[in-house]
Amino acid sequence: MCALLVGVFGLQAQEYFPSNTGVQAAKNTNYTVFRNGTIHLSPTQTIENGMLSIQDGKVVAVGKNVSVPQNSVVIDLEGKEIYPSFIDVFTHFGVSKEEPQRGRRSNPQYEASRKGYYWNDHIRPETRVQDHFQFSQSDAENLRKQGFGVVSTHTPDGIIRGTGMLVSLSSDDELGTRILSDRTAQYLSFEKSSKSQQMYPTSLMGAMALIRQVHHDADWYAKGGATNKDLALEAFNRNRDLLQIFKAGNLLNGLRADKLGDEFGVQYAIVGDGFEYEKLDQVKNTGATYIVPVNFPKAIDMEDPLLASYVSLQELKQWNQAPSNLRMLSEAEVPFVLTSFESGNEFRNNLIQAVAFGLEKEKALEALTTAPARLLGQEQNLGSLQEGAWANFFITSGDYFDKETVIYENWVQGERNVIEDMSIIPIGGKYQLEVAGTSYEMEITGPPSKPSASINSGDQKIGSKVSYQDNWLTLLLSSADTTDQRFTRLVARITPGFSKINGKAVLEDGSETTFTAVKTEDLASDNKNKNDHETWEVVPVSYPNLAYGFEELPEQETILFKNATVWTNEDQGILENTDVLVRNGKIAEVGQDLSSRRARVIDATGKHLTPGIIDEHSHIAASAINESGHNSSAEVQMEDVVDPDDIGIYRNLAGGVTTMQLLHGSANPIGGQSAILKMKWGGSAEDLILDDSPKFIKFALGENVKQSNWDSFSRFPQTRMGVEQVFIDYFTRAKEYQARKNSGQPYRRDIEMETLVEILNGERHISAHSYVQTEINMLMHVADQMGFDINTFTHILEGYKLADKMQERGIGGSTFSDWWSYKYEVLDAIPQNASIMHNEGVTVAINSDDAEMSRRLNQEAAKSIKYGNVSEEDALKFITLNPAKLLRIDDRVGSIREGKDADLVLWTDHPLSIYAKAEKTMIEGVVYFDLERDAQLRQDLAEQKNFITTQLLQAKNRGVKTVPGKAQEKEEMHCDTEVLF
Amino acid sequence: MKILNITVLLAFLLIVGSSSAQQTPAPAQSQAISIVGGTAHIGNGQVVENSLIIIENGHITSVGSATQGQPQGTVIQAQGQHVYPGFIAPNSTLGLVEIDAIRASDDEDELGDFLPHVRSLIAYNAESKVVESMRPNGVLVGQITPRGGRISGTSSIVQFDAWNWEDAVLYEDDGIHLNWPSSVRRGRWWMGEDPGIQPNKAYQEEIAEIETFFANARAYVAGPRNQAHLPFAAMEKIFNQQAKLFIHADGEREIIDLLNFVDAQELENVVLVGGASAYKVAPQLVQRNIPVLVGRVHNRPAQADDDYDQAYKLAHLLQQAGVLVGLESSGSMERMNTRNLPFYAGTVVAHGADKEEALKMITSNTAKILGIDDRLGTLEAGKEATLFISQGDALDMRTNKVARAFIQGRDISLQTHQTELARRYSEKFGHQQE
Repeated sequence: MCALLVGVFGLQAQEYFPSNTGVQAAKNTNYTVFRNGTIHLSPTQTIENGMLSIQDGKVVAVGKNVSVPQNSVVIDLEGKEIYPSFIDVFTHFGVSKEEPQRGRRSNPQYEASRKGYYWNDHIRPETRVQDHFQFSQSDAENLRKQGFGVVSTHTPDGIIRGTGMLVSLSSDDELGTRILSDRTAQYLSFEKSSKSQQMYPTSLMGAMALIRQVHHDADWYAKGGATNKDLALEAFNRNRDLLQIFKAGNLLNGLRADKLGDEFGVQYAIVGDGFEYEKLDQVKNTGATYIVPVNFPKAIDMEDPLLASYVSLQELKQWNQAPSNLRMLSEAEVPFVLTSFESGNEFRNNLIQAVAFGLEKEKALEALTTAPARLLGQEQNLGSLQEGAWANFFITSGDYFDKETVIYENWVQGERNVIEDMSIIPIGGKYQLEVAGTSYEMEITGPPSKPSASINSGDQKIGSKVSYQDNWLTLLLSSADTTDQRFTRLVARITPGFSKINGKAVLEDGSETTFTAVKTEDLASDNKNKNDHETWEVVPVSYPNLAYGFEELPEQETILFKNATVWTNEDQGILENTDVLVRNGKIAEVGQDLSSRRARVIDATGKHLTPGIIDEHSHIAASAINESGHNSSAEVQMEDVVDPDDIGIYRNLAGGVTTMQLLHGSANPIGGQSAILKMKWGGSAEDLILDDSPKFIKFALGENVKQSNWDSFSRFPQTRMGVEQVFIDYFTRAKEYQARKNSGQPYRRDIEMETLVEILNGERHISAHSYVQTEINMLMHVADQMGFDINTFTHILEGYKLADKMQERGIGGSTFSDWWSYKYEVLDAIPQNASIMHNEGVTVAINSDDAEMSRRLNQEAAKSIKYGNVSEEDALKFITLNPAKLLRIDDRVGSIREGKDADLVLWTDHPLSIYAKAEKTMIEGVVYFDLERDAQLRQDLAEQKNFITTQLLQAKNRGVKTVPGKAQEKEEMHCDTEVLF
Repeated sequence: MKILNITVLLAFLLIVGSSSAQQTPAPAQSQAISIVGGTAHIGNGQVVENSLIIIENGHITSVGSATQGQPQGTVIQAQGQHVYPGFIAPNSTLGLVEIDAIRASDDEDELGDFLPHVRSLIAYNAESKVVESMRPNGVLVGQITPRGGRISGTSSIVQFDAWNWEDAVLYEDDGIHLNWPSSVRRGRWWMGEDPGIQPNKAYQEEIAEIETFFANARAYVAGPRNQAHLPFAAMEKIFNQQAKLFIHADGEREIIDLLNFVDAQELENVVLVGGASAYKVAPQLVQRNIPVLVGRVHNRPAQADDDYDQAYKLAHLLQQAGVLVGLESSGSMERMNTRNLPFYAGTVVAHGADKEEALKMITSNTAKILGIDDRLGTLEAGKEATLFISQGDALDMRTNKVARAFIQGRDISLQTHQTELARRYSEKFGHQQE
């Protein structure tokens, strides 16, 4: 039934507005008093048989007994309940969302399209939602049906999206009375504006760097640094005192947003994704209020085993666990509020399910009323029924969290919005029905406005159809003789307090008579349970919460490897029959016949122990690789986008990898800042990032930065000649920047320039993606000219042509073992490259740049034995000690020496042999991979998948609607992978 | 003066030789060759220690113990070394593309869907620098196969030491390649779809297109052929069993569907290529005698939940189930990667298989699967002398060092564009590159 809109009790037009539609002396100052209802003043305070008095849109009095002025309209709410209306702080109510334009444009736009605003079109703090707002009656009605009375709405467009406003869902069309605040919060996201095609940022880390730069630019602007007018920065500075709401998009992005905020002393309220339970500790540590959608994954159709085989454990677990998210947030005391975002009309239904999974009702109410009111600084006006607050409340037939409960009316600013007719007389129950001398048993069930009937005559079921509206009941009865296609019609008006229904009957032959229905029993009260939400056994969260995750994280152990062949990478070389003791995450002792009472002893007889493999060039464990929106992106940080949940981490551990450098891609000559990671599967992004990590940056040369291999002709540089000039240009400007900074004069803090200055000062080291000798030589000359050092040439496939020049400058080479001929610049790549550079005294590493090959780096190193005759010890160093040196962490990892990190691999066979498998991979004394445990995890995985699959099949059998599985799969990332967003 | 000129000329030739042309193919075998004392890996599961292998007129004439036979002709001492049949790379695009990123060098994928008449052989560049780089690893023979479309075309089998494709060919037009449609597809994220895997709604229709094509081709072949139809005519080799049908598929549903197709069409000589899920339907493959050319062993697991070693162990799982298994290497950067074929077999060993069983997967099994086992694939008398000597175990990169290699008895060069560059620059820096 459509909601009736009854505006007579509501607010009147503004008093100073002229009116030509009637007399103006018509202000309604009557009171409305509700009595006999159960009033929920707040999530924790309830009055039975209470009274609530409102006038002119506000609560005048509320309590057990309040005075009823003479000019009061009294509404009796016996058996009914009143709740404060809900508040949603994250909506784009009344604002249409433009779909982003997709696909790559042939002529990318690099400059901003607006004048007088910030240099980047995706920074729009000056946006005011009221300028794009169109009150939507239908959306308002849908929100009111769920119980909402007030929402904060914003323009969902861009990275910094400007201010939102607080608007009531009153159906009164006087806009001025609906707006409760025109500056509720500033909204942010990692999503670009659909109003501009400006390329930058093309990546998540670019968006994060951009937000940082906006902060610096706004500070500088506020100090009068700029000579131009920038309306965006002015607005940003104006908005600083507002609540800042960050739509993160997913769990990891929420943590990233919080980290970003911390850098600038901003505590964002974070719009979550409903999977916060997966990293509850980290979520709690943000200190942020989470704005949580109440939206759960749909049940997955597992009926067809072939199709179901594409469904991952992660997807299954998320279906199984997500309804428990709110309970877990509540138990962990994470502050949160709820939003209807993404759940829409399913909001209440889902919330009831969350309660079925253990969320306390008080907590749910708090997250919808007092908590959001507090977040918005509106606790005096909204969220509870107290004197002076807005008269925003809704009336129900009972407990809001009971599925059978009907929401009758939602009053907003004292204005009544009818959802279901409250005056309807419930007719549920059992009746003795008498029609024209025949007796029937009739049972009426279901919600008062939509009852259903089941009618029997003796043992025979009689077909029937019931409808009930405005207290008029009509019943259609089929004939007892099923071959007879004629019907008996009954109609009756139901009166309050009835015990017997009297009405008219029109018989099959058209003759009229009367009928009676005597109520024999009220509606059974145990009906409620029948309709409760189904729950199911919830499987434990693992870290990460997907295949091969740990339900309990492995711990640091004291371990004694007995009788191993130990590849020390030190002067002792390879030691036979040797013991290695690991304690407190370090290598404690290397020697013969060691013992330790506390240690777990691992018999390594016939096995080989090596330092963990270090991959100088990797792109796993990342949510993005390339920021290609500018030809320099020195400002972006790979540490921002570490993805600790990438299954690639586990697979790399299975290949003996313990440390890797997560490099920016090769989309531009000056790439982004690297992250050096330890493969601590199950840990957080912060856990993975190496403590006190040396600073690195990716540079790139050649075809990728020229964009030679795809249709892109508009970005400088298009030739190797231009690549040189990019470096000359940036470093020239960096020197000027540094000079100005050192001079003590005011300067605009520029993250990109700061990064280049770090390079000039030797504080940040370069790993330069490079292929052919021209460009390698060029960069060495640029470095000489500009006064910086190159740490490593990575890929460096023609390094063998310039090995002497590299050696002179102390530049390392990190190369592929045998890749070539896949593009023009690798035509002269040779598998002897590593050995020739090595023979010339260059520090050589073999890298992967590939999530598959990185699992077999020991074999790639062994190819140097085959192609280049290097010694086995040196070959192993190519993937352990040498990359450690190139990453400047050889004081901590890369060899087996007392005092170094216990990052070790126990191999089943000679570690450079193709027949060797990593049996145990340890990082800092923690065994992160173990062949035996892997076998157990495979079994657990299969069992858990089957367990949840059974639950899903049961759900489908119960009639739950299912959707096909999605089988999300992470794209394999290389140097030239772009994740556009 | 004359000597100087010759020196200059030689130097010039060397430079030219190293920067453009391929190694000169070896001349035909002129006298008997005996390889003495090596460990002979026959390729059929057997090993002969301290062996004597005699090669005459391009063929192996005798394989036995060195203690029992008499060497003939040129003697190659191979004590402590290993002798293998030349490794065979099936389903390869070697010689069809020189540099992946350069379209002008790419001749692997012709326009159109049903192209059985399109033949790889005539585009096979025997002088490809990538092809010659196979030989120092023991990969001496390949099945050159077109890519793309539903029926990509017709393959041919070549050996890797030839002046031109005509000299290179071992088996012209050996097979036709059918890319079975996929029952699932990835969401087109750039069109706003969920990027996950979803059912391919066109799947049945795509199968029906194959059935229609086969039905029409059969009707044409049976008819008077008044008007030529090149694609239909090219299918005749399948129907009269002169060529094999290679069906490329990975999924379980796809394999079951294609088996039904094979039954309905009463096709003989069918090979499954890829076969990522083939271990789930192994008995049905065995029952029909359908062998599998297992997709690249050095591959990531296809799905998030898969065992980390799924691709490593697949070949062994199939072999254990009784399927005839060969290894192929298609995929990203497949041409240059094909020289790692022996190490794919080595990885299969690391993940369960016996060494000689794994060796069969790149020698005799592959020869059987390709229908060339009467000529190649083992070190047996009567077979062509396409074999090599490695200083150590050739399945392990640590020990794979090919000392000599022969194709049809011809003593081929193991130099390549790459070894020439290595030599030049090692010498520049005063080091000797072996």
